Amino acid sequence: MEQRAGKPDDTFAELGLAALLPKDAIEELLSAALSRGGDFAEVYIQRSKSTSIPLEERKIRSAEMRVGQGVGIRVLSGEKTGYAYSDRLDMGSLLESARTAAYIAAGPSVERPVNVTAQLAPDYYTVRVDPASYPVAEKISLVKRANKAAYAYDHRIKQVDVSFSDIEREIIVANSDGLWIGDLQTMVRIRVSCLAAQKGISRTGSYGGGGRIGMEWFDRVSPEDVAREAARVAVVQLDAVPAPAGCMPVVIKNAWGGVLLHEAVGHGLEADFIRKGMSIYTGRVGEKVAADVCTLVDDGTVPNARGTINIDDEGTPGQRNVLVENGVLKGYMTDRLNGKLLGLPLTGNGRRQSYHDYPIPRMTCFFMEAGDSDPEEIVKSVDRGVYAAYFSGGQVDITNGNFTFSITEGYLIENGKLTAPIRGATLVGNGPDILTKITMVGSDRALDPGIGDCGKAGQAVPTTVGMPTVKVSEMTVGGTATE
Amino acid sequence: MDYQQLAQDVVSAAMRAGADEAEVYLQTGDEFDVNVRLGEVETLTQAGAKGLGLRVFVDKRMAFASTTDFDGDVINDMVKTTVQLARSASRDRYNGLPDPGSGPGRPGPVPHLDLYDRTIADLTTAEKIEMARESEAAAFEFDRRITNSYGASFSNSSGMSIIANSNGILYTNSSTRCGIGCAPLAEEDGSKEVGSYGSVRRFLRQLESPESVGREAAGRAVRKLGARKVETQKVPVVFEWSVAPILWGAVFSALDGDNIHRGMSFLKKKLNKRVGSHLVTLIDDPLMPSGIGSMPFDGEGVLTRCKVVVDEGILKMHFYDARTARKYGAQPTGNARRGYSGIPSVGPTNFYLRQTDVSPEEIIRGISNGFYVTETMGHGVSVVTGDFSVGASGMWIKDGELAYPVHEVTIAGNMLDMMQNVEQVANDAKFMSLVVSPTFKITEMTVSGR
Repeated sequence: MEQRAGKPDDTFAELGLAALLPKDAIEELLSAALSRGGDFAEVYIQRSKSTSIPLEERKIRSAEMRVGQGVGIRVLSGEKTGYAYSDRLDMGSLLESARTAAYIAAGPSVERPVNVTAQLAPDYYTVRVDPASYPVAEKISLVKRANKAAYAYDHRIKQVDVSFSDIEREIIVANSDGLWIGDLQTMVRIRVSCLAAQKGISRTGSYGGGGRIGMEWFDRVSPEDVAREAARVAVVQLDAVPAPAGCMPVVIKNAWGGVLLHEAVGHGLEADFIRKGMSIYTGRVGEKVAADVCTLVDDGTVPNARGTINIDDEGTPGQRNVLVENGVLKGYMTDRLNGKLLGLPLTGNGRRQSYHDYPIPRMTCFFMEAGDSDPEEIVKSVDRGVYAAYFSGGQVDITNGNFTFSITEGYLIENGKLTAPIRGATLVGNGPDILTKITMVGSDRALDPGIGDCGKAGQAVPTTVGMPTVKVSEMTVGGTATE
Repeated sequence: MDYQQLAQDVVSAAMRAGADEAEVYLQTGDEFDVNVRLGEVETLTQAGAKGLGLRVFVDKRMAFASTTDFDGDVINDMVKTTVQLARSASRDRYNGLPDPGSGPGRPGPVPHLDLYDRTIADLTTAEKIEMARESEAAAFEFDRRITNSYGASFSNSSGMSIIANSNGILYTNSSTRCGIGCAPLAEEDGSKEVGSYGSVRRFLRQLESPESVGREAAGRAVRKLGARKVETQKVPVVFEWSVAPILWGAVFSALDGDNIHRGMSFLKKKLNKRVGSHLVTLIDDPLMPSGIGSMPFDGEGVLTRCKVVVDEGILKMHFYDARTARKYGAQPTGNARRGYSGIPSVGPTNFYLRQTDVSPEEIIRGISNGFYVTETMGHGVSVVTGDFSVGASGMWIKDGELAYPVHEVTIAGNMLDMMQNVEQVANDAKFMSLVVSPTFKITEMTVSGR
């Protein structure tokens, strides 16, 4: 697979693809998968290799390495999906999986030869320093540097956990439409969590970063930068007061704030919920669903972002899709099954966690485009409210649009100024409702630092969120301090 | 392939390659899952999987590797690399397998916990599909306002875990699991709500009927219709059994000895002190026959036992694995949990709040103005600070009755206060997850809404 992308030579492409499973074997499997009828068959091959290095209490707790491989075979027949997978790559086991998946079509036995042709994927994540061949001792040194910087930040930092991980995931997708394509996906990630303590009070802060990139990520952001940010949040929290309870204006800081839109809108635009009529956004393309200032994009092509994909897990190239433009709903995020059933184009959002799972529509890098307000002016415009800087993740109920997310760093806004840090706050709202209450959009659009995963139907996939600083005119803040 | 032999061979190979101690955790399993939607099969998945995790200690330094490929050359390479890798980790004198000899790591008889249902294998695919269909059909029949569905599912799995280590431990455990789930959608006057319910058991005969799962799910969807927001206020809050484990799951993490001693727990320095009302008795019982979380031995090969963790409000113990037990002068509690692809960490087995003989209806009858929570959302629970703030929906209690549905609010409080304000505990625990709780009432929490 080394010759994968960026080299416009079909022979090279085919050599890389065939290394895991030769062309004739793939074609035989696809034929076997269609042996009971079926509209479409797909073979998904995955091989992965990862390293992780956790540090706790100033010690490298362990050095860890994981390898895995497997094949998933899918057959579509109308709205039905048959799926089987195996971690054995011998032809006997694979043919058995193909026949198991074929069962869904339940028709009489048919012969359907399949021919696949190698294709090249685009390349949105060049890797300069391959983590797989980078010395373990050097990775350990990055982890230790982060640990040292966190303790050095403030004497009140009492505990530091650091973890580094890298993964190299190789995927190959072939289907009965003749597609045969592959991708090599490399990711690095570092996380630091700190505990600050003073006078019997303990608070935490965490931060991290990474992307679909090699070890050169650390040329952009040092382990010390990551550690100091985690330590800063923990120390700030020592002075935190209980968060207020009730409805009030909320200013959401750029970058991580995109979690808000990921939950409030993003999931509701995934085509499986649309096809089943389960999403509140079903049948609303062309309608005004948000304030004029809102333009929302899912972009699988952002260079080296964690959520970016050269191809999705069905072999469709990553794309930039404008979903809401100036408040008007433009489209949905599709996978093959739901795109076909809805008569919509493929958008490159068919993703899966591993060969254990069939693909479903998922976000890649989902963000809001910049507006023209000065972020400082946005804060100044609020008399009394909450400023939310970092979040620990959120959740949404697609059917009614209600969502929630938790603030890990936030402040009171009093008379246009940030005052006391707050703790223990969750924000709740309703997606369609919040979209009409976004009254100011900042000029400072940014993406999160690259450590996020999104969970849906038990599958976690790497995603990126992003946003400029925005003001929501009214939102429920779930603290304990009532007036 | 003889997997017990393979596990032992890999342990021996690691010792030959220079490990001081070695341990293999090997898993194999099969799974089946069918989802039916609007009466038709929508997805059907069938597969088998396996994996092996190797943990080695060299000079009290630890390394770990896992693979799904059992090819001889792949495993030989992995063994050598892992022993090499260990040299780069830090030396920690507390590292190592559970102490052998007369210690907690000594081999012993593995109790039979009745975790494997042989009859599941006799079910045909058609019968499984039919159960999912019946469940969804029952949901549609329950109420005319059920207009759509995410589908209903039947799933079953079987698995085997083997642990072998260089102290002579070789244990095997096999188990099954089956489940029916249903998620219908109710619709009325532009309000759309989904309700979901599932039954999960180790034995088919213990599973709730497809019809009752469907009806329960439909009831949950219908009662959410027309939900509204309420004013911000402090009121009694009742956690229905389905959401009640959220509190006890956080309490379990707070009682991980490592978190306690590192100052990362809101329950630190509370051993043998009052942490809850007299109604709070928490038990961790890995030996419960046919329990979903039952396991005769833990992920490090320590034979497990039942523990009273909080006794009528008094904290009695913390949880430890082999390393943290040595470090803090305690005994491993048999709570090391893991899959083949991870190193063991402390986790619940069947961890539950002891129930009483009060019915949930009686609890509701005693409240004039309060919130009955049936769903929570989000991650606003901090084991370090004890802060608790989550999104919630459910029913408003007015004059002892469930009056109307409520959504888009949060409930917040401090977990230590919550434990001490557990005022009533009901009799309706369902043992379908690792953390289990009957419905309970907290005297007062902040509900934030309009």
